Amino acid sequence: MYVYDKHDQQMVDERVSQYRDQTSRFLSGELSDEEFLHLRLRNGLYIQRLAPMLRIAVPYGMLSSIQLRKLAYITRHFDKGYAHLTTRQNVQLNWPKLEEVPDILAELASVEMHAIQTSGNCIRNTTSDQYAGVATDEIEDSRPWAELIRQWSTFHPEFNWLPRKFKIAVTGAREDRAAVQVHDIGIRMIEQDGEVGFQILAGGGLGRTPVIAPVIREFLPKHHLLTYLEAILRVYNRYGRRDNKFKARIKILVRAMKPEVFAEKVDAEWATIKDGPETLTDAEIERAKSFFTKPAYEALPETDAAYEQVLKQDFGFKTWIGRNVKDHQQSGYAIVNLAVKATSVAPGDVTDEQIDTIADLADRYSFGEIRVTHEQNATLADVKISELYALWKELCEAELATPNLGLLTDIICCPGGDYCSLANAKSIPVAEAIQRRFDDLDYLHDLGDLDINISGCMNACGHHHVGNIGILGVDKKGEEWYQVSVGGSAYSDAALAQILGPSFARSDIPDVVDKLVSLYVEQRQDGEQFVETFNRVGIAPFKERVYAAS
Amino acid sequence: MPSIIKDRAIAESEFTVVDAESASVEGSNVLLPLAYYLAHRDQLKGRNDIGIWLEAGDEIEDIAEFANELAVVALNFPAFADGRAYSSANILKRTMQYQGEIRAIGDVRRDQLSQMAHCGFNAFELADGQDANKCLEALDAFTENYQATVANPEPLFRRR
Repeated sequence: MYVYDKHDQQMVDERVSQYRDQTSRFLSGELSDEEFLHLRLRNGLYIQRLAPMLRIAVPYGMLSSIQLRKLAYITRHFDKGYAHLTTRQNVQLNWPKLEEVPDILAELASVEMHAIQTSGNCIRNTTSDQYAGVATDEIEDSRPWAELIRQWSTFHPEFNWLPRKFKIAVTGAREDRAAVQVHDIGIRMIEQDGEVGFQILAGGGLGRTPVIAPVIREFLPKHHLLTYLEAILRVYNRYGRRDNKFKARIKILVRAMKPEVFAEKVDAEWATIKDGPETLTDAEIERAKSFFTKPAYEALPETDAAYEQVLKQDFGFKTWIGRNVKDHQQSGYAIVNLAVKATSVAPGDVTDEQIDTIADLADRYSFGEIRVTHEQNATLADVKISELYALWKELCEAELATPNLGLLTDIICCPGGDYCSLANAKSIPVAEAIQRRFDDLDYLHDLGDLDINISGCMNACGHHHVGNIGILGVDKKGEEWYQVSVGGSAYSDAALAQILGPSFARSDIPDVVDKLVSLYVEQRQDGEQFVETFNRVGIAPFKERVYAAS
Repeated sequence: MPSIIKDRAIAESEFTVVDAESASVEGSNVLLPLAYYLAHRDQLKGRNDIGIWLEAGDEIEDIAEFANELAVVALNFPAFADGRAYSSANILKRTMQYQGEIRAIGDVRRDQLSQMAHCGFNAFELADGQDANKCLEALDAFTENYQATVANPEPLFRRR
């Protein structure tokens, strides 16, 4: 994991002082609401429906147990005892006090954390694959690159006032777990003629106008990563629309210019800075990689006899292994996903006690580190197979062992109208109603991989466009309605979901999901997943089933 | 003449920004709009008592051929959240190797100054109500930065 040196630490400390001063100027009336809005957003502070919301950066989702314990302390001391894991691997507090935010930031800075650029029209937290460094399908660990981008993008003086927010994702694996195709810039590590470099995508995104990003550079040698990113950002900063916030994302610019022309423009800009001082040196690449070396793994056999035995005896354990535990690069180790999606708890919400428990489990089972996933779960990346059973029992105790990873009830969901002032409709009660309807675990496992994504408004924080079933809250004459779409995917086969038809009342949503799922069950062939059946039969039969006069 | 911050000191400006309506080739110690300057360049060529100012959407490349004849290039911030001029300044300084004064005009506020300085601005005509002394302090809000900038041509990773 990256460790701050004196420069990194000084920057976050100076940011705390700067933000403390900005807050006191606002409270004394020296700064207007509008000016402070831009300043506080660049530090992740929203003024919400009920209270402010503070978004804390978790670079590429990595947290140490020390940082987790600090987060637990902060939720207890400054908030209401819980935090929310976001779809961009960050953590949010729902009840901080505006005047206490500088103190929260100081606490965060003491464990090498911050809230820098977690909102506002600037470069946001760089996200990555939650299995980076341990995935079996990995070309190269993406985290050193994500860290290099984090540093380059932090307080970039030229790109702090962009036309709109800007999100970068990096993956180093063959399967895309970082949703790179729906980011402003998506970076895929690829191998070409024995050399690993980057394929660069630009202009993807969700929101009002969902777009799958086109590739603008097939192969970028590693040393040029930062200069090439700078060229993209400069073209966007200069030519992105600023007259209409709904047309200000880079996807609109790329589409208006055409991807080929945009790529040429970037190349022309790049030519002026290529090989300049921002070109990465071997020493810097090695320095970044030195923080993400393999932990002290023990030499272990592929599996463990006692584990194999208990797998035959304990069905609950077996179900959990089948669903929440993934293969690891290292012999004798496994990747464990904790499910933060128990019914009756808002998806992604964790209590202070759970955070402390996760920290303890991380220390005892996984080298003291965890990762936050963009599916709003948490991952222990390095667990010995021989210790899986003991870990599972502890997770059951802490209510973190629901074996529903990737299943219908593992719903991705934004905070919605319960908290967010942008929302048109609530999303958490919709998620809960679906979870309550589908409470038969055998049936859920039979349904297999099925992503439901819920957003309370067009801003699409719940990524509804890429859900196998996407649910979007809309406002109709002051009432909450829900538009349902089908067939999206956030993975390597990324696809945007198609809208089913007229929207529904909230109480109808569990029935609608039930109908969609039952049609899939009737139509599926040879072990097809939901989205595969959809791709084969198209939207028409789903439409028919849902809107048929009953 | 307005008060400005120039080269890290509070100073009286030698130049006044004029708009298209009051621009004239006779004026001296003025900053003329780009379009006016381009239209009257034949008469203005070689004058070192004038400068120009650009709107945020103007192409900085339009002045590439003669930038170094100008004493001052001012870049306007129509609103503090409009970040286009940061790129213009960077290109002017780093790609076009402009040696003269780059002045920020318009909605120029305290919390933007250190970013502006990194992008090549060395003079700031502050928005109304800004405290010039506090603005001077804000230039030093951060000791270090990660990127290669005009103020720090080597990125931090080459200096670590």
